[in-house]
Amino acid sequence: MSTIAPSTIDLASRLDRDAPAVEVRDLRKTFKRKDRHAGRFARKRPWPALDDVTFTMDRGECVAILGQNGSGKSTLVRLLSTLLIDDGGEARIFGHDVVKDASTIRRLVNRVSVEASFFKKMSAAENLSYAARFYGMRPRQTRTAVPEILGRVGFPPERRGESMENLSRGMQQKVALARALLTSPVLLLLDEPTTGLDPRSKLEVQEFIRRVRSEHDATILLCTHDMAEAETLADRIGILDRGRLLFLEPVEDVKRRFGVETLEEAFFAATGREFENEAQDDDDEYREVFG
Amino acid sequence: MSSGVGSTEPPRSRGPGFAGVGAGRVAIEMGNQLVGLFGIVERNVYLTKRYFLWDIAFMFWTIANTLTIVFIARAADLPAAKENTLALALLVGATIWAFLGIIFEFMTETVAWERWEGTIEYTFMAPLSRLVHLFGQGAFAVLYGLVRAAILFFAVAAFLGLHAPNANYGAAFALLALASISFIGVGIMTSVLPLISPEKGAQLGFVAQGLMLVVSGVYYPVSVMPEWMQWVAKISPATYALRGCRASIVEGAGIEWANVWPLLIIAVLATPIGLAIFKVGERYAKKHGKLKRSG
Repeated sequence: MSTIAPSTIDLASRLDRDAPAVEVRDLRKTFKRKDRHAGRFARKRPWPALDDVTFTMDRGECVAILGQNGSGKSTLVRLLSTLLIDDGGEARIFGHDVVKDASTIRRLVNRVSVEASFFKKMSAAENLSYAARFYGMRPRQTRTAVPEILGRVGFPPERRGESMENLSRGMQQKVALARALLTSPVLLLLDEPTTGLDPRSKLEVQEFIRRVRSEHDATILLCTHDMAEAETLADRIGILDRGRLLFLEPVEDVKRRFGVETLEEAFFAATGREFENEAQDDDDEYREVFG
Repeated sequence: MSSGVGSTEPPRSRGPGFAGVGAGRVAIEMGNQLVGLFGIVERNVYLTKRYFLWDIAFMFWTIANTLTIVFIARAADLPAAKENTLALALLVGATIWAFLGIIFEFMTETVAWERWEGTIEYTFMAPLSRLVHLFGQGAFAVLYGLVRAAILFFAVAAFLGLHAPNANYGAAFALLALASISFIGVGIMTSVLPLISPEKGAQLGFVAQGLMLVVSGVYYPVSVMPEWMQWVAKISPATYALRGCRASIVEGAGIEWANVWPLLIIAVLATPIGLAIFKVGERYAKKHGKLKRSG
């Protein structure tokens, strides 16, 4: 396999093999935001996006965190990918603190988010080459690695040179997966990777995630609000509700714990609310940034 | 186990091995950072190719704008030789304004562009040092700005039939290259603004650019400004770049130490100060959740 970023070659020296892949303890993050009903000049009030979240993940494990929009899933992913600084608690990846050892963490982690996030005028191949450079991949390496990884995610070779803006959402998401995998992450953070995809693209992306798991030892944290997706892909499932992680255990244990048949029923039993009827549309700290 | 996607297996061949080989590790890390810097420049080349027609339109606008300034020399009703000198002095000012404008635009918009494209989170979570990231952006801006400045200067000079028989282009180019290091450093300071203020930061960057140019004597000698502005002019690298380039092109002067040493000092100070400011801003953005895409 040649699709390895040279900068990740020293991964072995950066991993504490006895440490859990992910160790999160009492993690807290609070944003300030305005109450949307309180008027334009209302004062911002603290809003806990993550409230004492604690969990661990073993190496090679796939864990799904379920939650509605605004439940704190993206905040968790962004904390683990060094894009946020917590307000308390700690998060460690292979023994490295995500705040103190951010530069090491960046070598270990990559992510796929709900938005494909590319330079829209650049092609898939150009975007991947650009991303790979940050991980030390030289042009002679990307010349072979980019077509190879695009082939593995089922991206048509004849469309490699097309601008991203001309590609469908499903195609863009495949390129996003390729970008994440091109850098050989040992922890893959998937934040709603199939949201908004058509059923066929969704299945293809899920199948690829399954393949990555079976062929490699990447640890995967999947944040989603798709219960079926979580159930088919993950070893353990947790529900994050208004910043609190209610539980994290194998799906059968969840059902047994609440004496229910489905995860929807488990969510209702755990929170007292219907999963589908949740109407929070706040995307985490969006209000603070642009409000 | 394959050492491909997601693999955590040790390396098979490349490099000196990492157990206790600190120097080798540093060398590889530096190599990786240089590749990252190349990546930033390469990306901007891709984008420039894709937006080539925009660039041509922008170039025409800049030439037209510069003509409106240089025609002032014609209107001054001076003898031909003096008119030519005044026109050249104005043209040098307009060219350096355009060059600086490109550098500030690239630097100030570093964050804003990535926020707009949606790539900001991927760039900031990549293992690329911030210095390399921002310097890569600055390096492309300097190259791109120099090409545009050269086209602008010679196009306007040809259009108006200006003569610069004594011009020392080599000295002017060398001084501009030296000043560019300072400009990048100052640009790094302003590039933090869109990070901490997503809606107003870029505009504040243009305010900083305007202030820098107004105190630097872009179309007039610094001595005509109020005294307090003359003091501010002393810490602006544009002051020395404008003075030196004007002397080289209009009078054929060589590189003068009086312009070089301030630029050297500002160059040495501006980048570390800019980087320190950026890091404080980045930490603030991470604390307050502002490091994210716009839509």
